[in-house]
Amino acid sequence: MKKVLVCSLLVLAMSASAFGAAFKIGGTGPLTGGAAIYGNAAKNGAEIAVAEINAMGGDIQFDLRYEDDTHDAEKAVNAYNALKDWGMQISLGSVTSKPAEATAAENFSDRIFALTPSASSAAVTEGKDNVFQMCFVDPNQGTASAQYIGEKGFAKKVAVIWKNDDVYSKGVRDTFVANAGKYGLEIVSETAFADGNDTDFSVQLTDAKEKGAELVFLPMYYQPASLILAQAQAMGYAPKWFGIDGMDGILTMEGFDKSLAEGVMLLTPFNADAKDDKTQKFVKTYQEKFGEIPNQFAADGYDCVYAYCQALAQAKATPDMSAEDLCGKMIEQFTTMTFNGLTGENVKWSKNGEVTKDPKGMVIKNGAYVGLD
Amino acid sequence: MTFLNFFISGISLGSIYAIIALGYTMVYGIAKMLNFAHGDVIMVGAYVCFYATSRYGLNPFLGIVIAMIICTLLGIIVERLAYKPLRQAPSLAVLITAIGMSYFLQNTALLLWSSNPKVFPSIIGRGAFKLFDGELSISHITALTIGACLVIMAVLTLFISKTKMGKAMRACSEDKGAAQLMGINVNATISMTFAIGSGLAAVAGALLCSAYPTLMPTTGSLPGIKAFTAAVFGGIGSIPGAFLGGLMLGVIEIFAKAYISSQLSDAVVFGVLIVVLLVKPAGLLGKMTQEKV
Amino acid sequence: MTMRRLINLKRVEARRIYLTYAIVIAAYIICQVMSSTKFLSSSMRGMLVPICAYMVMAVSLNLVVGILGELSLGHAGFMSVGAFSGVAAAVLMQSVIPFAPVRLAIAMIIAAVFAAAAGFIIGIPVLRLKGDYLAIVTLAFGEIIKSILNNFYFGIDSQGLQFSMLTDTTRLLPGGKLIIKGPMGIGGIQKIATFPAGFILLMISLMIVFNLVNSRSGRAFMAIRDDRIAAESIGLDITKYKMTAFVMSAALAGAAGALFAMNYSTIVANKFDFNTSILILVFVVLGGQGNMLGGIIAAAVLTILPEKLRSFSEYRMLLYAIVLIVMMLATNNAEIKEFISRFNPFRHKEAE
Repeated sequence: MKKVLVCSLLVLAMSASAFGAAFKIGGTGPLTGGAAIYGNAAKNGAEIAVAEINAMGGDIQFDLRYEDDTHDAEKAVNAYNALKDWGMQISLGSVTSKPAEATAAENFSDRIFALTPSASSAAVTEGKDNVFQMCFVDPNQGTASAQYIGEKGFAKKVAVIWKNDDVYSKGVRDTFVANAGKYGLEIVSETAFADGNDTDFSVQLTDAKEKGAELVFLPMYYQPASLILAQAQAMGYAPKWFGIDGMDGILTMEGFDKSLAEGVMLLTPFNADAKDDKTQKFVKTYQEKFGEIPNQFAADGYDCVYAYCQALAQAKATPDMSAEDLCGKMIEQFTTMTFNGLTGENVKWSKNGEVTKDPKGMVIKNGAYVGLD
Repeated sequence: MTFLNFFISGISLGSIYAIIALGYTMVYGIAKMLNFAHGDVIMVGAYVCFYATSRYGLNPFLGIVIAMIICTLLGIIVERLAYKPLRQAPSLAVLITAIGMSYFLQNTALLLWSSNPKVFPSIIGRGAFKLFDGELSISHITALTIGACLVIMAVLTLFISKTKMGKAMRACSEDKGAAQLMGINVNATISMTFAIGSGLAAVAGALLCSAYPTLMPTTGSLPGIKAFTAAVFGGIGSIPGAFLGGLMLGVIEIFAKAYISSQLSDAVVFGVLIVVLLVKPAGLLGKMTQEKV
Repeated sequence: MTMRRLINLKRVEARRIYLTYAIVIAAYIICQVMSSTKFLSSSMRGMLVPICAYMVMAVSLNLVVGILGELSLGHAGFMSVGAFSGVAAAVLMQSVIPFAPVRLAIAMIIAAVFAAAAGFIIGIPVLRLKGDYLAIVTLAFGEIIKSILNNFYFGIDSQGLQFSMLTDTTRLLPGGKLIIKGPMGIGGIQKIATFPAGFILLMISLMIVFNLVNSRSGRAFMAIRDDRIAAESIGLDITKYKMTAFVMSAALAGAAGALFAMNYSTIVANKFDFNTSILILVFVVLGGQGNMLGGIIAAAVLTILPEKLRSFSEYRMLLYAIVLIVMMLATNNAEIKEFISRFNPFRHKEAE
């Protein structure tokens, strides 16, 4: 009930801006179905940012709308078209990679600027001058992970477990494997899983254990990772674990035994336990409004709205401009500006829409993130 | 030893499929209906059990009892509202309604319990029996699941063969028209079947989530389809068949991952299913009914 | 369909066929006019092609479920084979045939051929089984197709076509192009599918199916559906007829898959999973088994419905589920049907 009340207050706060002139900002994401965790998190994060910006009452006001795409390219294009009918001027693309690839093509042909919070596949921005990413692109995460593990000398023999029917997992795995040799890593075991057989990991773990892997690389989201950690413990296998940004959220799963994640390393741009004011304020607001601790999707959604706010202000854009005019201005801003957000300081974008920010190496100690360096 | 360990993993996974398959096969055997919402009733059972134990701190077994009561009620309501009006309709219409019900339960769960995964507390801890100096280990939950399967199988078999209600169920499964003429209340019998099947789903839910402890609104759907496959594998409608089918499916899945390819394991599992059905068109333990002209 | 054969049909049957064509053509003209006068929202315009593809899927599955009387739970698998082969063919032909409509037509034909071949291979074991066992084997094949496509790599370079399974070992020469990328599917597809193309495909499918149904084969199908043993006893070659229908149905599904895939810039094998197979089955059952027009209308309604429910935000899919259940109850419960049919103006005529 409390949640409903807060939500309706939020809606009030957002629609209040609709009386004045506001930029219509829209995005699609999986709000129902198996991937709903990611879509709802990004949406909630963006909602908080919009409510904050509107409450400040500056020149930039937003009218935000998120549509459900059920993690499906077809539905994402439908959702995108519904947003277009509503009058969307700037877009948050889609939350997950494959749907984002489909909507990005529409963004490109309609000349509506897009900044996706979390669709990290390289194909999302490829060949499109007006589609930008807030998150690391998958291939970079694979390379960065291999480099990090190799240069810090965490291990020589490495095992990889990845999700074979998932674009994100596969994208990171590919570049990790391709670059491992360069940083002195030997991949001794490579095993996969897919939807429908993502409960039992005994085979994958046994393979890694028998081949003597000192470190297991887990390019996946935290839900299967939590099962892997629990099963490894049950079979008495204790290698080093290394995850990527999708691992963030594992500590906040309701009922999760944090001791399982002790010593897990991950590269993540966001850390809900960080002590800086910005993060703490965001986490507090999020918890009040949605009753949960935000993960990196929420932080990315939040950052996207603030990045837009900064870019629109710098470009002196007004809400009566057409989507196409805004698109030109946004391309100009995003390729030149520097942004400080929850997920990184001194964030910059390249011409092809990829973000450059420093991934933070984290290790989980006593149930909390600690910087690795 | 690795081989044996894989075998045990397969049995653990298979025992979960088996316990879900029991619910499928019972409803199919008596109501002749593929209840695709069964997997989602399992999910509801797991959530009820989760809230009872994690939020309200109840004893896990009390949690299961509460989940069984709620799921049984849910089963009766679903049957009354969605399936009973279609008793005379073609079986495909009921199948589609069951799928609608599956969507309904999933989306209700999403609204009630949010999409964030929850970690299910194990009902009996995460320990294991160690054999051969710890070379082999069988987790307590696997032992419990197999035990539960055997008990449920025995009770169901006894119930169906010895009690009056059970006889009525068998009669309905053979010939609904004739059963009605013999004074059996066919409607009530089928409703009873759903109630029992849904109660079993609650137990399956608690065991599924104890073995593989994450819980989401979609938790039941994919294991549900696998378990349905297991039920067909063993011969749908046959209670021992569901048990055997479940165990075999689990073992085949693990062996396919270990010795063929972890990427193609699903293709191998379904390939084996096809071969089995070609050799034994009614499943491993199913009875081939001869058509009469 | 030749005129003479139409005349020979029972008048009711002929009327139903004409009505189906008339409604489809009328709907096409209305949509086309509305679309060109900008009267149609972007949302509706974006759905025209997928709706056509789903309509063809409904017609195609109706041949198996409604006419042949066998339950298939893996029809999306054929759509998938068609989508991947069709798009791959279109990519390969890009430089040879610059004119998009011709490329689309050829791609759809290639897709139909590949899907028909898959239908034939799958049909050999499947059609030996019956009832629910046949259904589960089609489900199994759907999953196998998905699993294989998720591990399949296909590319082209100066040395010709290259394939590989599990991991990308195609080792394309510089200048080569990897077309199918395992779980990442096909990306950067040129969107050449158009509404007129969808309409033409639907009309062709209807002609093929009506022609088949009202021929010697069609009567054999229905004899097999209504009483297999009697049909066998009068010497009908059951396997042959079943195979004809199954392969034809797979071919149409393949063409629909190619049309569907070329309406989006990206396609993955996971799109064509069990849920999609079920969705198509829902069209057929809701529209009435064997009723082509019903299936077509159901496909349109159930594709548009979730979009129209967007204003209910988080309750959208819940409402969709409720509407689905209520529709099934309304169309299949004898009492409710009786109640509704009181308002049916044609009721008298049908009673004759």
